Amino acid sequence: MTVMEQRGAYRPTPPPAWQPRTDPAPLLPDALPHRVLGTEAAERVDPELLRRLYAELVRGRRYNAQATALTKQGRLAVYPSSTGQEACEVAAALVLEERDWLFPSYRDTLAAVARGLDPVQALTLLRGDWHTGYDPHEHRIAPLCTPLATQLPHAVGLAHAAHLKGDDVVALALVGDGGTSEGDFHEALNFAAVWRAPVVFLVQNNGFAISVPLDKQTAAPSLAHKAVGYGMPGRLVDGNDAAAVHEVLSDAVAHARAGGGPTLVEAVTYRMEAHTNADDDKRYRGDSEVEAWRAHDPIALLEHELTERGLLDEAGMRAAREDAEAMAADLRERMNQDPALDPMDLFAHVYAQPTTQLLEQEAQLRAELDAEARHHENEHESEGTAR
Amino acid sequence: MTTVALKPATMAQALGRALRDAMADDPTVHVMGEDVGTLGGVFRVTDGLAKEFGEDRVTDTPLAEAGILGTAVGMAMYGLRPVVEMQFDAFAYPAFEQLISHVARMRNRTRGAMPLPITVRVPYGGGIGGVEHHSDSSEAYYIATPGLHVVTPATVADAYGLLRAAIASDDPVVFLEPKRLYWSKDTWNPDEPQAVDPIGRAAVRRHGRSATLITYGPSVPVCMEAAEAARAEGWDLEVVDLRSLVPFDDETVSASVRRTGRAVVVHESGGFGGPGGEIAARVTERCFHYLEAPVLRVAGFDIPYPPPMLERHHLPGVDRILDAVARLQWEAQS
Repeated sequence: MTVMEQRGAYRPTPPPAWQPRTDPAPLLPDALPHRVLGTEAAERVDPELLRRLYAELVRGRRYNAQATALTKQGRLAVYPSSTGQEACEVAAALVLEERDWLFPSYRDTLAAVARGLDPVQALTLLRGDWHTGYDPHEHRIAPLCTPLATQLPHAVGLAHAAHLKGDDVVALALVGDGGTSEGDFHEALNFAAVWRAPVVFLVQNNGFAISVPLDKQTAAPSLAHKAVGYGMPGRLVDGNDAAAVHEVLSDAVAHARAGGGPTLVEAVTYRMEAHTNADDDKRYRGDSEVEAWRAHDPIALLEHELTERGLLDEAGMRAAREDAEAMAADLRERMNQDPALDPMDLFAHVYAQPTTQLLEQEAQLRAELDAEARHHENEHESEGTAR
Repeated sequence: MTTVALKPATMAQALGRALRDAMADDPTVHVMGEDVGTLGGVFRVTDGLAKEFGEDRVTDTPLAEAGILGTAVGMAMYGLRPVVEMQFDAFAYPAFEQLISHVARMRNRTRGAMPLPITVRVPYGGGIGGVEHHSDSSEAYYIATPGLHVVTPATVADAYGLLRAAIASDDPVVFLEPKRLYWSKDTWNPDEPQAVDPIGRAAVRRHGRSATLITYGPSVPVCMEAAEAARAEGWDLEVVDLRSLVPFDDETVSASVRRTGRAVVVHESGGFGGPGGEIAARVTERCFHYLEAPVLRVAGFDIPYPPPMLERHHLPGVDRILDAVARLQWEAQS
């Protein structure tokens, strides 16, 4: 009998134990991003929440503008602006309880500030005086993460640990569209789903990973579709609709808190500024595209909703702007002071107990600093003598 | 005075016992990795732990080293002490970004606010006939990363004591387990296991006067054998087992070399860019006027780890060490 004949005789049978483990249908995201503002759904939303979101959006926009200005003045080494994405940032911060944890990426200073972090402390990484200028435990905000997607497994581990300890804590991790291509994104989602960890992943799909557009990043129907393969629900939301982002994240956080496991949320938004001040976005996108998104501005969307329904008037808008202006003035003033730096800090926190090698190097730096100080003293003295 | 019953035990058993005792003493200690639960680890180091402590504390993870270490970071952030297993040296490479970008520097970048007491167990080195990617000596990568402690036991007692110290450390520790010593036996008292010195102290395994062999991990027994063999040649060799590469015990090493005036560094990993270069430089800087000959290195060749049927030519053996010792008769040569 030939091999072909053998094959012809072969009747495949399903493997003995095989049965589908999950019906993927409930996990699939809707075809279109979820929207609330401008729809009937908006009437369900607590007006106080809408006003709060509005105030935070206005503050956030002003914060982005101020930080960008500080970059131009040389006060910040770099600032990756989240202008245009404020609805995602603010909703991510407001949806969490105090005991929950936020895991931001480098573009998410605004989320950290909206969660209550001192605006100056949020900028130390970008100013360059220390990598993380705050105690992560104080507001339960992990350090702003520069490597892409590597903070996602941290969020999973923390949520898992809290769950093991019996604590009612949810972790929310932020990542960009580019970050979804990284291996850590995959591993984090897989771990989270297998462990049913109380964690929510929010992808801010702002269209570009520096210059690379989404269609060169993924062939998936949407980034939210990726959830299905891990066995968790995927949700697609209009990332410029603050009420919608808040609603979808609230549902996901509640689902996680109730023991339902993780959710992947993709918020479709747009980065209005260049990646950073070192980037020329004219090389990879046209003005018309940017202008089209300007017409879908998160602040304008919410402002329209609030004013249409009589929940916000000119005085209310002015109050929000004044509050934002005061925040910006305070930020400007404090950022224009040189930070006090102690070079000996270089050795202070490498190990709990410094190694003998580090102690030697510490002594070396101390000697160099002393010599420098003596040199300056001598200079002053000789200046004095000359006079 | 009670007589301590010394029984033979393997290094793998001592490591398992250290994990067990650490878990019993401290409920925040969690063991995680691929196959560490039901199977008890491919080397059986975690045998019985899942049964005793449950799956929540001894967790079979998905097969993903970056995920294993990355989630351990989050767990440590929340106050746990994860002990993760990388199963084989070369399997750890996907986790390098987590190790280097986060584990090693989280304490530093948060100004001490967020220490990460994680122990990363890495079975390493060759000599067990492993196929490709199962025999690397990757210690040079780890010691080049500030913020990590890097330790490696060579005896059954040290396996226990150093692993206990690593787990108790508030800093991340890369714990390199010499695979080919897993089944090495030693008389050891498993009923009363003794903690050893804190991390960072070397041990003089054999006292001698004519030269110092500076070594660690899997090369320690080879150096001991070489030292015995060298007696026939009239060499009385001292053997220093570093036990810890970071922190490095300059004091013990320098004191030994000053006594003997000659030194050979022995390790399995490649010589170029390997730990031996650093060690030789440190010894030269500290002991130049005491040295009768240059500090020599006996290392693995600078090649990707060879297939198992050729590995005996790559691994530093007694003969290669003795050849180096012979070359220490510098004056006679020059």
